[in-house]
Amino acid sequence: MKYTIDQNGYYGKFGGAFIPELLHPPVEELKEAFYAIKNDEDFKESYLNLLKDYVGRPTPLFYAERLSKKYDAHIYLKREDLNHTGAHKINNTIGQILLAQKMGKKEIIAETGAGQHGVATATVCALMGMECKVFMGEVDIERQAPNVARMKMLGAEVIPAKSGSKTLKDATNEAIRFWINNPSTYYIIGSVVGPHPYPEMVAHFQSIISEEIRTQLFEKTGKVNPDAVIACVGGGSNAAGAFYHFLDEQVDLIIAEAAGHGVETGKSAATSILGTEGVIHGSKSLLMQTEDGQIVEPHSISAGLDYPGIGPLHAHLIETKRAKVFAITDQEAVDAAFDLSRTEGIIPALESAHAFAVLEKISFKNQTIVINLSGRGDKDLSTYMKFL
Amino acid sequence: MNRINQLFQRKPKDVCSIFITAGFPNLNDTVQTVLELERNGVDMVEIGMPFSDPLADGETIQSSSLVALENGMTIDILFRQILAIREQSQIPIVLMGYFNPVFKYGLELFLKKCELSGVDGLIIPDISVEEYELSYKNLFDNYQVPLTFLVTPKTSTARFEKIKNHSSTFIYYVSSASTTGKTGEFSAEQLIDFEQMKSEEIKLPVLMGFGIHDSKTFKTACNYFDGGIIGSAFIRSRKEGKPIVDFVGEIKGIRTETVLR
Ligand SMILES: Cc1ncc(COP(=O)(O)O)c(C=O)c1O
Repeated sequence: MKYTIDQNGYYGKFGGAFIPELLHPPVEELKEAFYAIKNDEDFKESYLNLLKDYVGRPTPLFYAERLSKKYDAHIYLKREDLNHTGAHKINNTIGQILLAQKMGKKEIIAETGAGQHGVATATVCALMGMECKVFMGEVDIERQAPNVARMKMLGAEVIPAKSGSKTLKDATNEAIRFWINNPSTYYIIGSVVGPHPYPEMVAHFQSIISEEIRTQLFEKTGKVNPDAVIACVGGGSNAAGAFYHFLDEQVDLIIAEAAGHGVETGKSAATSILGTEGVIHGSKSLLMQTEDGQIVEPHSISAGLDYPGIGPLHAHLIETKRAKVFAITDQEAVDAAFDLSRTEGIIPALESAHAFAVLEKISFKNQTIVINLSGRGDKDLSTYMKFL
Repeated sequence: MNRINQLFQRKPKDVCSIFITAGFPNLNDTVQTVLELERNGVDMVEIGMPFSDPLADGETIQSSSLVALENGMTIDILFRQILAIREQSQIPIVLMGYFNPVFKYGLELFLKKCELSGVDGLIIPDISVEEYELSYKNLFDNYQVPLTFLVTPKTSTARFEKIKNHSSTFIYYVSSASTTGKTGEFSAEQLIDFEQMKSEEIKLPVLMGFGIHDSKTFKTACNYFDGGIIGSAFIRSRKEGKPIVDFVGEIKGIRTETVLR
């Protein structure tokens, strides 16, 4: 495997654990606990049972006939939007809550952007009877109100992050600060970011997506691999999951990132184009920063992609040209969301809509492709309504 | 010899080190602040290089960092300010900051400029000892700007040994598992931790930081260790406009009277 993590927690030159000494003990404890369960059959069984009976997996791989016709390709949708709570995020929170339970943890914290990870965390905390605090930027609290209400209904405390741009980056800072002050809590990170072992762990729990894609695609088409897999990337967890079992295969891996108003406008979250090497939230990766190494406040219409960094695995895939990136503007994403709604009867999350907009960018003529439909659009209706 | 080592030779006890945010409250305050601290009996300064996302800091240093950045503070401006300090002062200077701005600047160039401008040491809290050994030690070995690592009550013995091996000026002991800026008194458990740390065999001086905000907590640092580092409390006093002479006097437990006009 060329794209697995090395013993120091690096994908190529990206990754590692750049954390203050204060966080070393809880991160070390987590690392040991994760490696103890990573290949443990009993753990896997509990994880898969919950995914099946509680989350509703496997999610369907749906042949999108009208969309396929329109783009002259064979387009399959991996329906992560049909998961309980409406996005792929719960694959990760189920895995991590089981781990937290095993570690004897009682209190859970999480950061959230779109609120999907917050909801997925609040959900598994309710399921396991654990206390839950979710940090969320003030701006996001406003633009993702339905998810804030869901978290509260599920019994979680939503703590507004008031620093910086008041979005996902700042919510993550606040969660890390809380963890420093309360090292016995368990921090469920929501994407393939953060210090080692988080990127590897979150990718591990999300890899169920591509595991299922392989089986389902084979059953439907007799093909072992699709020609391409497309996924949106905020931090990169749904993409990591959708790519995972294809990393070493002859499959084009395509990343849709958020261009915001446009890559050159100063209101963008296109990390692969605008980003340079640096350290963010505990790992070395690509991030949007000034000449002076100050982290830049990104912009995307979609709260889940409004992040100035990208997970170290994706930085590595991009740097080695294993993955290809397309930057999708706010408008292109909205157009793609309306298009999918009207051709297939599926309203996607704004994040996922970015992946569909790639269809307008390159031709997949006669190819078999899988688009990871990472979440559903209920949470984004107030944004979509402005375009009706 | 490094000015930090010289300091501890000259003054092995009750060392008072103060943290300031470079470029705060105004861009060009750095030089005057350092000189005034020295005039008032401060032994060493830590100059914080502001970062947009200071993960280990509480609100006080977060906000001073933001103000400094809004003032236009950069690493190059800081080097010029340090050169200006060095025209008048030989106070030991430690630069403290998060890794990203340094990495972006280029670690090697940064170390070179530290050496040239008269910086005596660095604290980069998010370079863990593991990352240091893996990727950065070789570079640091070429320059006379040693890195000081943080040690907390939870640092394991094995790690502490590693950290000791890589340290050449002093050990920065963090009083508690917290972000910066706490203002309470030390708890009984913390005192037990301090006692434990004090009993460790350490060849280098130990300074305690985090949560040292008044004469009582500073005295505790001096009783258990070789001195204390004051950060957020000083930043707060700057914000309030308290004269430096008064602040230092209070910390050191010296009664000072500001002359009233
Ligand atoms: C539906 C959906 N897709 C994608 C993302 C982006 O996250 P990631 O890149 O980790 O998959 C989010 C984040 O909130 C989301 O809610």
